[in-house]
Amino acid sequence: MAPHLSLTLIHLIAMNKKFVLGIYDDEDVLLEAIENVRAAGTKIYDVFSPYPVHGIDDVLGIKRSRLPIIAFFCGLFGTSFALWMQIWMLGFDWPMIIGGKPHIAIPAFIPVTFELTVLCAAFGMVITFFIVSKLKPSLKVNVFDKRATDDKFVMAIEVNEGVTDMNALNDLLRSNGAIEVNEKEVIK
Amino acid sequence: MTEERLIIPRKTINKFFLTIAVGVILLILGIILMAAGGGADHGEGHGEAAAAGHEAASWTKRLFMNLWLNNVYFTGISLIGVFFVAVQYVAYAGWSVLIKRVSEAMGYYLPIGFGVMLLVFLFGGHDIFHWTHDYLYDINDERYDPIIAGKSGYLNFWFFLIRMIIFFALWILFFNWLRRNSINEDLQGGTSFYHKSIRISAMFLVVFGVSSSMAAWDWVLSIDTHWFSTMFGWYVFASWFVSGLSVITLTVIILKQNGYLKLVNANHLHDLGKFVFAFSIFWTYIWFSQFMLIWYANIPEESIYFLDRLDDHYTWIFFTNLLINFVFPFLVLMTRDAKRQMIMLKIVTIAILIGHWLDFYLMMMPGTMRGDAGIGFIEIGTTLIFLGVFLLVFTKGLTKASLVPVNHPFLEESVHHHV
Repeated sequence: MAPHLSLTLIHLIAMNKKFVLGIYDDEDVLLEAIENVRAAGTKIYDVFSPYPVHGIDDVLGIKRSRLPIIAFFCGLFGTSFALWMQIWMLGFDWPMIIGGKPHIAIPAFIPVTFELTVLCAAFGMVITFFIVSKLKPSLKVNVFDKRATDDKFVMAIEVNEGVTDMNALNDLLRSNGAIEVNEKEVIK
Repeated sequence: MTEERLIIPRKTINKFFLTIAVGVILLILGIILMAAGGGADHGEGHGEAAAAGHEAASWTKRLFMNLWLNNVYFTGISLIGVFFVAVQYVAYAGWSVLIKRVSEAMGYYLPIGFGVMLLVFLFGGHDIFHWTHDYLYDINDERYDPIIAGKSGYLNFWFFLIRMIIFFALWILFFNWLRRNSINEDLQGGTSFYHKSIRISAMFLVVFGVSSSMAAWDWVLSIDTHWFSTMFGWYVFASWFVSGLSVITLTVIILKQNGYLKLVNANHLHDLGKFVFAFSIFWTYIWFSQFMLIWYANIPEESIYFLDRLDDHYTWIFFTNLLINFVFPFLVLMTRDAKRQMIMLKIVTIAILIGHWLDFYLMMMPGTMRGDAGIGFIEIGTTLIFLGVFLLVFTKGLTKASLVPVNHPFLEESVHHHV
């Protein structure tokens, strides 16, 4: 698809947003640029990188994920469910003598309890992650710049029409080491 | 990167000597109390045993058991120091370079461990190991034991002694070899020492795998001569490893709080915390695997081991062991923040060190002291003596080289470690 055609398509739809993209080719320059841009009071929409960059979460001011808390409670649920299930089934609903052990033989229940704890914690965490990050088969992803999957880092800043001073933003990004500054409109 | 030399203040060394002195006093007090018959720290065990018609254990037996227990415990910790360095080399690990000297210096206790173990075995062997009695192998003697006699090919005085000497000789050899390379690297630089250390480490890991397992059978498992467990080598290793990791972590924190190891930060502590956390669970996994199979099969000659440990005398230690070594570190070190905070790590590692001392206590005492075991002046005294000696040797070793391995090729990576 030719670029002008896609632009025309985007313009047909009212719900579009404009972004300024600062392209960087060095990890350390990028980290410093993020700090300076944020210090200048500019809100960064997101930064795209071909690989995980150490320390980028901190400079972007991204709070630590609360996913481990979900994992803990899912695990706790798994433990309780497994113990309740085995105690109820083998102790009350259908008591059987197995290997001469008591009906409620806790040591024998531990392996199943362990497995269900791990299973629930892992599945709970993955499912929560999918829901929170809205990952679903129909998800459409706006790729700001394809080079962010290759050898460039892309810093995206949302433009508020009429409010953002485009020239100042351009200068800010370039003075902080951006090798290119582009604009892009995407369907929100 | 600049060198960092540890200087142990005279005051600290005096504290170590004080620890030993207090230990000696407590030990003498405990021996006097016990020799005088019973004693405050002796508990009810004595009376019960006497009532049951058994001969009460003598104070010499109790002393030898305590020497053996503490020496196996501290030797294991010392050995883990060398093992940890070797694992880091073979894994091409970069993060641990800054703390490498701490675990390296732990190996300095090995020669002392060897001396003590040799002496205690030669003088107290009969008190510790039932299988050392000659009459068990004499078919004409009424105390002849066909099961133990069947094991005589492996469990005999000379082979045991030779194994002990070989294990220690190999461990000390590899420790010195690695240490020499490490120090020469500081002086001369270059990557040749690093590559050589990897080869030495790989060899050591093979030696360690076999010898640590066999040492566990010899020094701990053979105390319960009739009983055996194929998981025992792993079990003792797991106990040693988590104790050793706790010593490394605790030492790093104490050094850091005294102004040393300036380049070590929360990221390194986080990794150490993860190690302690993970291997507490590993130990529990081994503990449970051993317990559950024996409990489920319920074969008398196997389950006797746990019946001995679940009688009135040891029940509290049996469950305390699980609480301190599994439940406590599992819940406390679970969050990321806890693993990055010195105070949390300190509490947990100290608890684990006490917990695994109890673990070794539980492995050794029921098979020898039976109902006469206790935790009193003799136990605390002996432990304090060993602790003082270990700290003296360990900290002396730490002062012998820069705390930062200045020419290690991965030093820069360790400085910038980030998790």
